[in-house]
Amino acid sequence: MQMIRDNNWVLSVGTFLPIVGVLLLLVTPKANDAAIKAVALLTSIATVLVGVFTLVNFDFDQAGSMQFVAQTNWIPVIKSTYFIGVDGISLPLYLLSMVVTLLVVIYSLDHVPSPGNPKAFFVLMLLLQTGMAGTFIAQDLILFFVFFELVLLPMYFMIGVWGGEQRQYASLKFFLYTMFGSALMLVAFLALFFKTGAESFAIPYLVENGAGIAKNAQVWIFAGMFIGFAVKVPMFPFHTWLPDAHTQAPTQGSVILAAILLKLGTYGFVRIAIPTLPDAAIEWAPWIGGLAVIGIIYGAFGCLAQTDMKRLIAFSSVAHMGFVMLGISTLTSFGVNAAVFGMVAHGLITGMLFFIAGSVKERYHTLEIAKLGGMLTQAPRLGWILGLCSMASLGLPGLAGFWGEFPAILSAYNPADGLNVTVFRSYMVVAAIGTVFAAAYLLWLYQRTAFGTPKGHDHHDLHDVNTHEWIAWLPLLIAIVTFGVAPNLLFSIIDPAVQGTLSAFGG
Amino acid sequence: MSFLVSSAAVWTAPSVDYHALAPEIVLAVGLSIVLLVDLFTSERNKWLLSVLTGFSLLGAVLPVLTLALHDDSTRSLFDGRYVVDEFSLVMKGLFLLAGYVIVLLSSSHVEEGDYWRGEYWFLLLTSLLGMVMMSSARDLVSVFVALEFLSIPAYMLAAWRKRDLKSNEAGVKYFLLGVFASAVMLYGMSLLYGVANSTLLIDIAESISLDGEFGAIQALAIVFVVVGFAFKVSAVPFHTWAPDTYEGAPTPVTAFLSVASKAAGFIALVVMVLTAFPEGRDVWQPFVWILSALTMTIGNVFALRQTNLVRMIAYSSVSQGGFVLMPLAVAGGVAGEAALRAVVVYLIAYAATNLGMFGVILSVSRKTRSGDIASLGGLFTYAPALGVLLTIFLASLAGIPPLGGWIGKFAAFQALLTDATPWAYVLAVIGAVNSVIAFGYYGNVMREVWMRPVPHGDTTPITTPSSLQIALGITVIATLVLGILPGVVLHFGDMADLVGAFGG
Repeated sequence: MQMIRDNNWVLSVGTFLPIVGVLLLLVTPKANDAAIKAVALLTSIATVLVGVFTLVNFDFDQAGSMQFVAQTNWIPVIKSTYFIGVDGISLPLYLLSMVVTLLVVIYSLDHVPSPGNPKAFFVLMLLLQTGMAGTFIAQDLILFFVFFELVLLPMYFMIGVWGGEQRQYASLKFFLYTMFGSALMLVAFLALFFKTGAESFAIPYLVENGAGIAKNAQVWIFAGMFIGFAVKVPMFPFHTWLPDAHTQAPTQGSVILAAILLKLGTYGFVRIAIPTLPDAAIEWAPWIGGLAVIGIIYGAFGCLAQTDMKRLIAFSSVAHMGFVMLGISTLTSFGVNAAVFGMVAHGLITGMLFFIAGSVKERYHTLEIAKLGGMLTQAPRLGWILGLCSMASLGLPGLAGFWGEFPAILSAYNPADGLNVTVFRSYMVVAAIGTVFAAAYLLWLYQRTAFGTPKGHDHHDLHDVNTHEWIAWLPLLIAIVTFGVAPNLLFSIIDPAVQGTLSAFGG
Repeated sequence: MSFLVSSAAVWTAPSVDYHALAPEIVLAVGLSIVLLVDLFTSERNKWLLSVLTGFSLLGAVLPVLTLALHDDSTRSLFDGRYVVDEFSLVMKGLFLLAGYVIVLLSSSHVEEGDYWRGEYWFLLLTSLLGMVMMSSARDLVSVFVALEFLSIPAYMLAAWRKRDLKSNEAGVKYFLLGVFASAVMLYGMSLLYGVANSTLLIDIAESISLDGEFGAIQALAIVFVVVGFAFKVSAVPFHTWAPDTYEGAPTPVTAFLSVASKAAGFIALVVMVLTAFPEGRDVWQPFVWILSALTMTIGNVFALRQTNLVRMIAYSSVSQGGFVLMPLAVAGGVAGEAALRAVVVYLIAYAATNLGMFGVILSVSRKTRSGDIASLGGLFTYAPALGVLLTIFLASLAGIPPLGGWIGKFAAFQALLTDATPWAYVLAVIGAVNSVIAFGYYGNVMREVWMRPVPHGDTTPITTPSSLQIALGITVIATLVLGILPGVVLHFGDMADLVGAFGG
């Protein structure tokens, strides 16, 4: 793989800038609310500006190459280096993490959840940002692992301290599931390291040499990684932490979780598991595809059974990530392109849906679907935004969700060489049926919450979308429409990089 | 008579390398001064003793540094019975610095406790001297003497709160089981001497390998020696003294026992198995494997059920011991170097983290006067700094990157996978699962600190004495640096000829 080393400071600055913000926050007095918010806001704006600089200087003609590559010694004894870079797969996710963090910070300016303490809240949020951005740029397995784990504790506290009634249970469940996965993942990383001759943890090196490992060993190593990433995605049957975590997390936590954290898992498959262990990927693909379509149907049924709006959106994530995983499991560039697009689209759309859920909760003091209704008459703008996002989520052509879902289903028609065509075509049929269910639960949700007459809510304070919300939401809404109308903006960056990662499968 | 005279004439004093012995000499002088000053100072001026103790320890670090920087870093004294090499220097440095942090942790506790202060500092220094000697001991006799040197003061320290029943229980239990362990070990050592006709560890190694046939006596001797040290490092099923002793002993002493004393036990075990029994690996490797798996798992399961903070830490420290044993279970094979590095790195990271945690607990208990985990409720709301520090230390113990503890765990896993045998893989998976279970109780404490209400709504702020603040600062910086730039310590373990140095 070709490496472009220009501007190699950019990624480090973009990733660690939030840590500078954390240090500034730590020395800001707790009582000075305005200063704390200003520091958090300025830090995340500065981070996004660095992100914009990265985007502008990114060489789009070489989106398949690693760019802004930096590599220096880190832990020489174990042959791990500080090795970072972005290509067309990483770049959208890396930028998404920066933008989402900024929007969440803006939203938090007047929405710090109970029990307050904005200082600690923003510190955790910025720590999360470093962990998320770092995971997407790491090109060394140990570095990847460190960033991957760095997000755990901040999210644990975000759910556990600022969450809902069942927050302690939900946060612990989230933590134990993820940690279990990552413990096995680490063992798998080490096994991969030793099986490739104990030379280097650099991902490009492992991609080159991983294929030489005996198939049997590959399958076992893949199993360890699979558990680590599948918990994070989450794939059925490792998903049970997700509805609890999402329902109990504060709005900001849910948005970050849905928009970015879940992508760490799918990204791991695309970046690490599949390229380094191609033979094992072929063996595992039918199983991954099978679990993915089970997730699609199971998530949809789960949605239909929910009475709580936030829980419903959480289950819809299980279904959507099922489409992403189905695309990945085909091992074709078509499917993986769809998957990476689906990750971004899901981040935008579901992040947005959780924002709306937070605002609904704030206005109606409940998320019980049965107690909501008539949003279009009480808060029409909020109602319309919910409508747009529901349509995007169910995969309406012209909005971003479509380009993740439809090609993923289509790709299963023609999986990579070596995969059983009949099996994947049946998956395609099941997944297609899943989209019908998706339409059903989302339209039903919209019908029950937005239509009809308001149900005995005599809230004088029931206001429509306010300024902070507009500022936080508009970029997401614009992106949903833009990528829906012009998907090639994204596909043209993703595709060259996907071709590179799938070279072992003949494209 | 004439015989005596003639043999005296033949006897020549060994040439002593005083530079190599300087750390021990500084400590010995320091503890004598502490003892003397204690006799001649009034109660009001006893604070002087803690300062003197601290200076002795830091003073002993200086020769360790000069020895480390010296070109010829391996020095063999008394026909190889006492070796000062890089490995022993790293361990000496660890013991001295850990000792210094313990002095910082103890000073306010000791000042306020109306105890026998002079004796406390004297015993602490004596025990640390034993540990420093242990790092260099390469002979059955010097190993045993060092072991007793470090253990006997520790028994007394555990029972130091003389009028407290629990403290007495702690001391007596520790003493009885400790002496029993010493006896078992001594029996094993006597068998070794019988086989090898020498007390020098490398001679023993030679006799075990040259013998060709590996008899039951050798096997028995190895098992006895390992069992003896298993008591010292509180490996399951020889751990039963640890929870009671840890709970009953004064908290700074518990910190000392769980960090320094334990590390010394591990060092002795490492030296014994790698120097004396390299050819006996078929005996001790499976044995250590079982000890490791049991220690991790049972320590964890019991820790999950504790409601008393110190007892929980006791079981957690048992379980952490299992992780240190993990690389040792493959230390006899190709992974020898990696295993040795893992043990050293793990002990360093564990020392920094655990001492820091005790620092927080000592600070908080000055206010709450309670040992319940629930007494930490809402700590973050009224003492955010202590809450965050405790979280960092707990997360480090749980092995979450980028904190010190994870690099220890990482090194341990790395050693197992270097070995690449099925049993090593199985142990690695057991270790991985256990590191998740461990979060159950570490996370429980975090939950108390962050998510639970303050007991009785008592949110009076905590005043942390400056000595504790310094201790917390040192330990948290060490924990973070070890995690983010692990190259700093991994370098210590990166002594390619370390295993060779034992043999030579």
